[in-house]
Amino acid sequence: MNLLETINLKKYFGETHAVDNVSLTIAEREFVSLVGPNGAGKTTLVNVVSALFRSDSGKILFKGDDITHTSVTERVKAGIARSFQIVNLFDDLTAFDNVTLAIFSRQGKTGNPATLAHLDHEVSAEADAVLAQFNLTSKRKEHARDLAQGERKLLDVALAYALKPKLLFLDEPTSGVSTRDKGQIMDTIASVVRGEGITAVIIEHDMDVVFKYSDRIVVMQQGAILAQGTPDAIRNNDQVAMILLGTSGPDAFTRKD
Amino acid sequence: MDILIIQILNSIFYACILFLIAAGLSLIYGVMRIINLAHGSLYALGAYVTAWAIGTFAAGAPLWVSFLLLPAGAVVVAAVGAAIEPTLLRPLYNRPEEYQLLITFALLLILEDAMHFLFGGTPLTAGAVIDSMGTMPIMNLRYPVYNLLVIAIGIAAAVFLWAFIYRTKFGVILRATSQNMRMASALGLNVKRVYVQAFALGCFMAGLGGAVVVPAQAAVLGMGIEALILAFVVVVIGGLGSLEGALIGALIVSFVRTAGIQFFPEIELAVLYLIAAVVLLVRPTGLSGRA
Amino acid sequence: MQNDASRTGPSMLLILACVIPILVVLVALPKFVDTYQIQLLTYGLIYAIAGLGFNLLLGYTGLLSFGHSAYFGLGAYSAAFMAKYFGVGSMEIYILGGLLITGLVSAAFGYICVRHTRIFFGILTLALSQVLWTLAYKFFWVTGGTDGLRVPFANLTLLGGLIDFKGRDTYQAFTQSYYYYVLFLFCICTVFMWVIVHSPFGKALQAIRDNETRAQFLGVRIRHYRWFAFLLSGSFTGLAGILWVPLNGLVTPDILYWPFSGEIVFMTVLGGFRTFTGPIVGAVVFNYLKVYAVASTAYWQLLLGVVLVVLVLALPTGIVGTLSRLFGKFRKR
Ligand SMILES: Nc1ncnc2c1ncn2[C@@H]1O[C@H](COP(=O)(O)OP(=O)(O)OP(=O)(O)O)[C@@H](O)[C@H]1O
Ligand SMILES: [Mg+2]
Repeated sequence: MNLLETINLKKYFGETHAVDNVSLTIAEREFVSLVGPNGAGKTTLVNVVSALFRSDSGKILFKGDDITHTSVTERVKAGIARSFQIVNLFDDLTAFDNVTLAIFSRQGKTGNPATLAHLDHEVSAEADAVLAQFNLTSKRKEHARDLAQGERKLLDVALAYALKPKLLFLDEPTSGVSTRDKGQIMDTIASVVRGEGITAVIIEHDMDVVFKYSDRIVVMQQGAILAQGTPDAIRNNDQVAMILLGTSGPDAFTRKD
Repeated sequence: MDILIIQILNSIFYACILFLIAAGLSLIYGVMRIINLAHGSLYALGAYVTAWAIGTFAAGAPLWVSFLLLPAGAVVVAAVGAAIEPTLLRPLYNRPEEYQLLITFALLLILEDAMHFLFGGTPLTAGAVIDSMGTMPIMNLRYPVYNLLVIAIGIAAAVFLWAFIYRTKFGVILRATSQNMRMASALGLNVKRVYVQAFALGCFMAGLGGAVVVPAQAAVLGMGIEALILAFVVVVIGGLGSLEGALIGALIVSFVRTAGIQFFPEIELAVLYLIAAVVLLVRPTGLSGRA
Repeated sequence: MQNDASRTGPSMLLILACVIPILVVLVALPKFVDTYQIQLLTYGLIYAIAGLGFNLLLGYTGLLSFGHSAYFGLGAYSAAFMAKYFGVGSMEIYILGGLLITGLVSAAFGYICVRHTRIFFGILTLALSQVLWTLAYKFFWVTGGTDGLRVPFANLTLLGGLIDFKGRDTYQAFTQSYYYYVLFLFCICTVFMWVIVHSPFGKALQAIRDNETRAQFLGVRIRHYRWFAFLLSGSFTGLAGILWVPLNGLVTPDILYWPFSGEIVFMTVLGGFRTFTGPIVGAVVFNYLKVYAVASTAYWQLLLGVVLVVLVLALPTGIVGTLSRLFGKFRKR
């Protein structure tokens, strides 16, 4: 069954057709990669689906319900979560508090002014577990602003993950992370996502990563979907190779190694 | 009928003063994204300085001496502004907005008392100017010529400012900086200098408002606060950072005020604040504001 | 302090170790100092309650209100109206009635104000408080205008009538009893506020302050929460206004006027708005500063302005923030 379906989705910024007539379906438990050159509209598509932006026209269906006109919080409650390309955290709170906040929010406890947050051991334990999953245990008490770029990126993902969403958008979760850590982070994300049966859409520039982890790859260019298919199908698609690497030929993707 | 005309003239007179103050406030906000809470006090300072200058140097002198001294308030206030920006505001540009508000609030406290200290607690007037210019007949009543002059100055200031911002190179730089400060500095504009100039210009407008009002109304303690709040109402109604907005807002506020004083004196101010609140709710960017 | 708290989770033992000696001193104080000093401290504690309420918005939610005089004044006028028009003398009824009214009004005003943030929020709060001020000022036949309303302590009863101040020479008794009354409520308010800012709700407010977009993407209904914070904040400040009335004996429109809002802002910044205890320390210190500055110079506003400039430019974390940094350095050595 389709978890998400966009129908002729459009978002223009003046002359820029950032998202142009995108009709995309995401099946349940799929791991989809969204790729494309800079400025292709990947982030904008996620922004529209997650309600950061309103679409100019088109429809968004989630589990068959029309959510085109719902707010950010409604979509979060429905089970759509996301991380951000440019890290977006609560800088004056600790890593631990960043995560607990997501958990409190998921459990509907953030409206409660009459209990002490740190005495909720259930939530604390879960937050610690999430931090452990993302290898952030040692940074538990650090303020988010004091973390290294790679750790901030991970914490950003951890926040979205802690919401236990049905559909998780990750916008370049490994950008700014050293190549050495990249594989480890992606392994972490992939195992966590698959283990929980979460549907994930990940924006990523590193094609090695994309081929390794995706069930399906969606290629965008100039706001439109250019091609989509299994990693193998995309690997052998000359047109895609042209767009992504500026070179043609069947072994365009493997050239560098 | 003649009462009505007088009332209308009074409203326009009042609108001119308010426009001068509010346009300065709005200009500073437009370029620097700072709300200067001391803006009303700078207006009062302009009034005090002009009244003092005229009272000290023009006593017994011919009328033209007074006119020569009239802009003194505006010039002094502009100089004060040029001194404030680099010393007090510049260190705060990359701190949270709260701090900028707090420092201008501190300035407000300082200026209010400094004026008390310098000029004493008794009102200062330059009424001799208005008296010596006489009145002119409007139907069966008489109206001070000076007030008409102020209206002319207000209109001239509006035209001048508009031309300045939309027709000169400096105006282009101002507008570019207000659109995007980083971009402007990347393009090689001297943002620091633009900020000083914009702030001083905004202060000059407030000072000018005070300078021209003082022959008609004495400079008194507390006039700055009242002006600040009315200027707020004006820019909220018209739209912060917009020159046309300041003009529209000033007209609306002064006409509502004149009508209010006539028909519902108890709640005249309350009505103005309520209008501002309602405008903020239904059109957050003001009547002529852009997003 | 708040910083330390969020770093390690507040350690109860440490907090009690700090709080208990202070409490002992506060309780014992009337034995050692004169009535006037007690009175000053009572004012300080009352302002501290207002500051705590105000700082829930500024320090924890990131909203700078320039109109908190409205809620202080509302509390005060509610109590004064009850005294004058309904002959009520019971402090507890003042508190209940006054909280009801400030609660309702802050709910309504908050509903309007939280539609905006930053400077527009500030202007809206200021404008609404000015509306109340003009009403109090202009409807003099109800409010007494600039003469205000008198609320003599002689008609007051505390603890449901258990304590009253009838008869002669009761002023000293009143000052003492009232000090303890205020101290007790101050403690309750402090604990209450401490729980609020350390609750999941308090954390959500800090999240909104830090990054409103991300808070939204965690499912936090930011406007709703800001409104609730506004309501709580207004109610705390309202309570301070109610408590202030019998002590001051007179309510005038001055406490609705914007400079008083400015004073609330000032004391909070003085103490340090990014700390829990900042507004408390700030309020008490400010009260002394103001009383002695007013007594020693006619230009006390100028003095306040200069202090504020120094604070903003050189000590942006306020007294408490600066002290705790100094102590931190000290401890590390
Ligand atoms: N808020 C905005 N206002 C105006 N234009 C925008 C905005 N956001 C994106 N754009 C434009 O829309 C186009 C698509 O941008 P988008 O960020 O979606 O690309 P992307 O595929 O995520 O690129 P990248 O790989 O660099 O992150 C670009 O031309 C960009 O300049
Ligand atoms: Mg992107």
